[in-house]
Amino acid sequence: MSMKIGAEKFDERVQEGLSDTFMRGAVSSAQTRFRNGRLNAAEELGGWEEWRNLGEEIRTHTLENIDYYLDLLSEKVAERGGHVYFAQTAEEANNYITNVVKKKEAKKIAKSKSMVSEEIGLNDALKDIGAEVVETDLGEWILQNDDVDPPSHIVTPALHKNREQIREVFHDKLGYSKTDKPEELALFAREKLREEFLDADIGITGCNFAVADTGTVTLVTNEGNARMVTSLPDTQITVMGMERVAPTWNDMEVLVSLLTRAAVGQKLTSYITSLTGVKEEDDVDGPEEFHLVIVDNGRSKILGTEFQSALHCIRCAACINVCPVYRHIGGHAYGSIYPGPIGAVLTPLLGGYEDHKELPYASSLCGACTEACPVKIPLHELLIRHREKIVEEKGEAPVFENISMKAFGMGTASPTMYNIGTKLAPKVMKPMVKDEVISKGVGPLKSWTTARDFPAPGKQRFRDWYKKRQREES
Amino acid sequence: MAGKIMNKKHFLNHVAGQLGRERIMDTVERPEWKHQPQWNVLKDASQDELVDILKEQCKSIHTEVLETNKEQLSSTIQDMIKDNGGGQVVTWDDPRFQDFQVNLETQEDLNIHVWDPRLGDENIRITEQANLGITFSDITLAESGTVVLFSDAGKGRSVSLLPSTYIAIIPKNTIVPRMTQAAEMIEEKVANGEQVASCVNFISGPSNSADIEMNLIVGVHGPIKATYIIVDD
Repeated sequence: MSMKIGAEKFDERVQEGLSDTFMRGAVSSAQTRFRNGRLNAAEELGGWEEWRNLGEEIRTHTLENIDYYLDLLSEKVAERGGHVYFAQTAEEANNYITNVVKKKEAKKIAKSKSMVSEEIGLNDALKDIGAEVVETDLGEWILQNDDVDPPSHIVTPALHKNREQIREVFHDKLGYSKTDKPEELALFAREKLREEFLDADIGITGCNFAVADTGTVTLVTNEGNARMVTSLPDTQITVMGMERVAPTWNDMEVLVSLLTRAAVGQKLTSYITSLTGVKEEDDVDGPEEFHLVIVDNGRSKILGTEFQSALHCIRCAACINVCPVYRHIGGHAYGSIYPGPIGAVLTPLLGGYEDHKELPYASSLCGACTEACPVKIPLHELLIRHREKIVEEKGEAPVFENISMKAFGMGTASPTMYNIGTKLAPKVMKPMVKDEVISKGVGPLKSWTTARDFPAPGKQRFRDWYKKRQREES
Repeated sequence: MAGKIMNKKHFLNHVAGQLGRERIMDTVERPEWKHQPQWNVLKDASQDELVDILKEQCKSIHTEVLETNKEQLSSTIQDMIKDNGGGQVVTWDDPRFQDFQVNLETQEDLNIHVWDPRLGDENIRITEQANLGITFSDITLAESGTVVLFSDAGKGRSVSLLPSTYIAIIPKNTIVPRMTQAAEMIEEKVANGEQVASCVNFISGPSNSADIEMNLIVGVHGPIKATYIIVDD
């Protein structure tokens, strides 16, 4: 897998999402629960706006000085016996990691959840050299066993699957014979994956936050798989997007507090695991060898631009959980492992407009995402900026917008045309009006009304009403 | 032995260039943040109030809490072990067991393994089969119901991870309001030239997952059950 998922066109992906009834039900109930969880946790904490301001302050300062903090991080990791590789591209990162695997002659690799490893297509690179990779996050393991179905949410990746489908995957691929009760399914995963943890030669993890001043990688999890992956195998490889760095433990602590509340409404997840370098001399468990791979893969292009704040993202999915568009079309429709508002901002920046130019339009610009973001990324404003750039640079606004804007321009440019146009509108549109709205438009209105209703033009124009009122008053 | 750093100069020069400036070679002073709400949380709570907050929080993280005193601790632990069906028990090699007069190894009806670095991987093999793992808490966070564990030679990471049930002994004086205080304590140690432990675990209850239809499942890869014993010291 890489960042881009699926080969279908945007419209087709959206239609597929809209017609998946189970997925839409699952997404809307998940959104409601996540959203309520976040709001309750924020209210219980108190002063949430102050917390958001602090989050924004920390992230802004860190990104402005990111070369300094990455330098410090790498020095501190090396002091504690870890190797650090700076990878500018996905290819460089994959080459480095596959070389470590080859050198260790590793057969089995246990992996805990990492979005950046999906982004760079690490699993495919490892498969190509003949290594067996086992995803150990429950959701990721389900997807991997279902012929590598892509994730549809960055926190609960298998959100689009129901328990019958999961039972079927376990039954067909792993010989599972019990019911579709979530507890039984999870117990099966526990037993199967225990063997994998004990058997693995190498553990691979992502990184939620890396503390620069001590060289510490922090992992935020609930299941305990990241702890397994970093306690049992002899070699640990951690892959991080370069923007995951935080100056100190004090800052990491604040970001973790924001993340767990904004993501799932928890005060802290079951496990926050902070790992520094290799295990110490007398330690029994923990890795003897540790590699930290710091990945750019297009992120540096965003630095110094008006989109820099997109790199402040702490991957909580709060914006995804409030987005009305995500609610209806689901994660796969975005065609990227990063869905929802942050995905619509980030994906075109990392992957280019060519493949992802529709994404900034997959938004109603209601601003719920901006309001939900725990580090105050102005997401809907960045989406507008994307649209402006797409038009400026490429002249590539959607066809409907071009025609209707031209007609609007013509109609409003001369007083006579405006007068005629507004007078005619109710008559021209009358055949399409039903119950005061137009739900099946023709011509340029058609694209609008496939997704929502258009209000019928008023019977009386504002100007006529105003004139009449003035006459009556005088 | 120090590790290697590869490809740094090229990478960071490029990053600095994107930011429209030269690489920063001097120390960057981390500014005093304008907003610091984290220090106000539970600021005025007494030690007893923190205990109450911790107990309340444990209700929402599926964690049982027992309270006892130094004299009763040893028998409380033994009862816990028996209530959970006995079997193999693994504990840290931690001087605090002595300080609190807990002598589990001398009990003939218990099957106790004390983590022993000289036995190497044998520790992991035993712990993986164990029914119960017991450790002390190094710092305890009231707000989130969290025990903080620093790894060390006698303090294996697996003890709180591999057995089906995990028991944490919480000396009352280890309880602080929240993660803010724990982070500050770690930064103070580092400022004094101490090394941070290779693994610091912040553990809040048993492992869990909501990956199947958003149903909360308690007990996935780590312990299925967690119990805290608060000791009045």
